[in-house]
Amino acid sequence: MKTTQILIAGFGGQGILFAGKFLAYKGLMEDMQVSWLPSYGPEMRGGTANCNVILSDTPVGSPIITAPDVLIAMNLPSLQKYVDTVVPGGQIYVDSALIDVKVERSDVEVFYIPATQMAKDNEIATLANMIIVGHLLQNHPELSFDGTDAVVEKLVPPKKAALVELNKKALALGKEYK
Amino acid sequence: MAERVLMKGNEAIAEAAIRAGCRHYFGYPITPQTEIAAYMAKKMPKIGGVFLQAESEIASINMVYGAAAAGVRVMTSSSSPGISLKAEGLSYIAGSDVPALVVNVQRGGPGLGGIQPSQSDYFQATKGGGHGDYRMIVLAPASVQEMASLTIKGFNLADKYLMTSMILADGTIGQMMEPISFEDAEVETYEKPWALTGTKGKREHNVVNSLYLKPDELEVKNFQRYERYKLVEENEPMWEEFMMEDAEYCVVAFGIASRVAKNAVVAARNEGIKVGLIRPITLWPFPKKALEAAADKVKGFISVELNMGQMIEDIRLYTGCKRPVALCNRCGGMIPSPDEVLEAIRKAQKGEF
Repeated sequence: MKTTQILIAGFGGQGILFAGKFLAYKGLMEDMQVSWLPSYGPEMRGGTANCNVILSDTPVGSPIITAPDVLIAMNLPSLQKYVDTVVPGGQIYVDSALIDVKVERSDVEVFYIPATQMAKDNEIATLANMIIVGHLLQNHPELSFDGTDAVVEKLVPPKKAALVELNKKALALGKEYK
Repeated sequence: MAERVLMKGNEAIAEAAIRAGCRHYFGYPITPQTEIAAYMAKKMPKIGGVFLQAESEIASINMVYGAAAAGVRVMTSSSSPGISLKAEGLSYIAGSDVPALVVNVQRGGPGLGGIQPSQSDYFQATKGGGHGDYRMIVLAPASVQEMASLTIKGFNLADKYLMTSMILADGTIGQMMEPISFEDAEVETYEKPWALTGTKGKREHNVVNSLYLKPDELEVKNFQRYERYKLVEENEPMWEEFMMEDAEYCVVAFGIASRVAKNAVVAARNEGIKVGLIRPITLWPFPKKALEAAADKVKGFISVELNMGQMIEDIRLYTGCKRPVALCNRCGGMIPSPDEVLEAIRKAQKGEF
C-alpha cells in the first residue's frame, strides 16, 4: 500500500489550489485514488491558502492531512507553520526566492528552488507553483512526467488558452532545475 | 466502466440533481455550498430548467413548496443558518405531503457561527427543525461519489414516500474534489396523480394544503403520514460496516467524521485492538438493526461527531442503553485528528467511557 500525502501552502494568488488540482488530476490519470481538499473562506480572499492532496493505491480515508509526506511551502509563514508536521523521511519543497531561511531538520529531504525568481526571469511570473510541481514530478516516478501536457490542457480553461504553453514551460523549468 | 472525473462535492450534488430530472432550483447563496447554486445558474438555462436566486432563504423554500405541489422534481440548498430560515417551509412541505430535496452543507453554529465544516445540525435534521409531527429522510454522504448517488437516491425516496429528503453534508465534503462517475445510481420516476397540473376541465380539483382546522381530520392525516414513515423505517435504512466481524468496540460516525474514524480504526487494529466502524448513511431512518446487532456483541461504542454530542443520543436510544457510549468530538469547525479518535478507542479498551 502506497499513499502520498501532499500539503501545498502559500499566499492566496500563488496558484496553490491549481498546483494541487494538477497533482490530483495526474494521480487520476495514473489510476490512483485521489482526494483534493482546499482551504476555503477568508483565506481565498488574499490571506494564506493551502491545499491537501492525497494520492493512493487504496481508497483514501480522511482527506485531511495532519502529517504530510510532502510539503510545498510557497511563503515563510507556511513553512514555519507546517515544517514540523512533515513525516521523518518526507520531502519539503521551498520557494527559496521568497523564503530565505533553511530547514533545520535533518530527517527530511529539502529542495530549495528559487521558483518565483525563475518564473520572473522566464516571463511566466504567476507560474512559480508549476515550476515546483515540475521538480516534484521529477522526484516521484509513480507520477512520472508522461502525460503532463494532457493534464495541463484539461485544467486550463479555454478562455485562458494562452496559459497552456506557459504551464508546460514552467513544468519543464522545474524538471530541469538542478 | 464510466469515466472518472474530478469534481467538488457541491458540484457533484448539482450535476446529480440534473441527471435525476431536477429542472427547478431555488436558492440563496451561503458559504460553503455556493458552488451548487453557481453550477445550477450555469447549467439550468441551457437545458430548459429554472435557476432562481430568491430574495431570501424563506422565499426560496416556499418556491420549492410551490414547484413540488406542481409535481416537478425540485430542490434548494443552503448551509446551517440558511436551513434554520427554511424550517417553516420544511414543516409546510411535510404537512402537505409533497416531495422535495433539500441540501444542508453544514457549517459551525449556533447563530451565524463560522464557515468551517460541522455536523451540529444533526438534531435539526433528524428531530424536526420546523414545527409539528414530521420526519425527513436524512442522507449523510461521506464522499464526493455519495454526494452524487445520494442526491439521486434522495429524489427517488422523496417521490416514493411523498416527503422531503435532506442531504446532510458538511463543508469538507462540499469543498473537496474526488473522482466520481455517475453510473451507479438509478433514476426512478413515480406517477403524481395528486399534483396541481391543471384540471383541463377533465378531473376534480387537486388540493395541496397543510391546514386542517378539524382536529379529527388533522389527526387522521398525521396517522396516515406516520404509516408511511413506518415503511421508510422498515425499508430504507442504509449503513456501512467496516471491520465489524470480530469487533469488541464499535465506532459510530457519519460523513467526514467517518473518514477520520476509519483511519483511526485501521491504526487501532494495527495495535491489536479489535475495533470496527458502523457508518450510518441514513441518519433518519437510523440504522437501528445494525446498532442493535452490534450492541449484542461489543463492549461499548464510541460516537465520533463534529458537534457537542447529538448522534450519541440516538446510539443510546436505539440500543436501549445496552452498552456504554463514549463521545469523541470537536465542534465549531474543528475536525478531530485520527490520533484523537485512536486515543478515544484506546480509552474505551481500558473501560474508560
